[in-house]
Amino acid sequence: MPKLPKPPSYSDVKGSVQDNVIWKSIFRPGSIYRKGYRDTSRDRALAAMNNVLYHLHPVKVKRHGLKLTYTYCLGGLSFFLFVLLTITGIFLMFFYTPAAGAGTEIAYMNMRELSASVTFGGLVRNLHRWGAHAMVFAVFLHMARVFYHGAYKPPREFNWVVGVILLLLTLFLSFTGYLLPWDQLALWAVTVGTNIAGFSPVFGDQVSFVLLGGVQIGPETLLRWYVLHVLFVPFITVVFLAVHFWRIRKDGGISGPL
Amino acid sequence: MSDEVQIDQEVYDRLIGEGKSERIARAKAKAASVRKQKIEEGQSLGPKPAEEASKALEEFRSSRGGGGGVATKTAAPADGGSGGRLTPEERAQRVAASLGNGGDSGSVGVPASSDHTHRLLALVPPAGIQQVQSKQMDKVYTWPHLLLVEFVALLAVGSLLLIVSFFLDAPLGSLANPNEVPAINKAPWYFMGLQELLAYFHPAVAGITIVGATVALLMALPYADKNPSARPENRKFAAMAFTFFLAFWGILTMIGSFLRGAGYEWVWPWVQGLGFTL
Repeated sequence: MPKLPKPPSYSDVKGSVQDNVIWKSIFRPGSIYRKGYRDTSRDRALAAMNNVLYHLHPVKVKRHGLKLTYTYCLGGLSFFLFVLLTITGIFLMFFYTPAAGAGTEIAYMNMRELSASVTFGGLVRNLHRWGAHAMVFAVFLHMARVFYHGAYKPPREFNWVVGVILLLLTLFLSFTGYLLPWDQLALWAVTVGTNIAGFSPVFGDQVSFVLLGGVQIGPETLLRWYVLHVLFVPFITVVFLAVHFWRIRKDGGISGPL
Repeated sequence: MSDEVQIDQEVYDRLIGEGKSERIARAKAKAASVRKQKIEEGQSLGPKPAEEASKALEEFRSSRGGGGGVATKTAAPADGGSGGRLTPEERAQRVAASLGNGGDSGSVGVPASSDHTHRLLALVPPAGIQQVQSKQMDKVYTWPHLLLVEFVALLAVGSLLLIVSFFLDAPLGSLANPNEVPAINKAPWYFMGLQELLAYFHPAVAGITIVGATVALLMALPYADKNPSARPENRKFAAMAFTFFLAFWGILTMIGSFLRGAGYEWVWPWVQGLGFTL
């Protein structure tokens, strides 16, 4: 009987996969996927520094910040929910047309079809909806946590202000998204909300007109809020998020210990 | 002296007994043993007296053959003519002088006739110096410690959301109809506090003044709070005020969400049902 070649062992395969030009060009030194990663101080530092996502963090963090009951991960979870909402939102955009008006209720029809005939359509819409509520809630809790830890004190005053702006942007993101299903719930919830904006001093009517794209909520409002929801407000939010994260680092990392 | 500095066991034990950390006790015990050894060898402790130090420096310089760290006098003499500009020859001469090539000084960059003892590289206004006031802190590596915690938190919340989304469908009412006002007409929950306020005040007060004041207050908060301490026991008033603030909006939101029904009338949810949609 001829001798069969022995199948390569796991470590052989791993070695040949990791030890080539392409793999090494993708994973920078210190990556845990690169050959020769050792659990040393140097490689731990490199792992954080040489990864585009991880390098939002400093190489080292204060030990007390690791305790779950210090931050409850609220800021990070707000950001995670923002990313999740972006991903599910992009999915939903494929199946949605912001068109309404007598006889052309395409937006509402899209919503019905999404749950009925799109694979995972209903699930992704649910994720987007509940994720949005969860994000608003997480941002509120994050703000409360930061207050009770006095984490807005010098040198972090400005980052608190950026945080308040981010809270308002989160509310506006959620509110603009609320109209898009174009059902009774959406229309009237938004009517209640925008009526208030019409009472702003001096420019009330103008503010209301700009927001609604008319004197009352109609097809123009839907298009306007769609663009605000999927592009304009997320763009502004990302800019402020960048400033928020950058200032955390520049202001000396996480606050405390108390 | 051997390469490995022995620790003074007696000092070490005493410091550990006093509750000092292992690192500090070890360092101090090492220092104590070095001190003891020096005394035994008859050396003097502490900084050397001035004449001894300058003698040592002199010896060091002569052994290196030149004035080691002696600096130059670089300030240019105020010359008239040509409006303070140098001719190429003058510039070349000054460069040569400052490099010390013209003199017999042994080291580069030091002119022979130098009576300054330091070299002024740049004048920095005090305001230009960034004060870094960070203390040495107990820190751990982000990878793997922090990233592990974050990953678990992300997975937990992600899977919770997935489970909720699987079992609970997002509401979708009937087609929007501008001519038919629904019986229960409410804003999204995060605006319910606001809508509840509208039940008591004119919209110009509730919608604009109170909301504007709330946002302005929140933004001004870090500048208004002059208390430097972040410890809970020093911030009882701030914590109380903020708790009242949260409770104010929380209670309004709860009332608006759960205790208001058709026509925005007060209802009990166990009597007329929950008039609340997320």
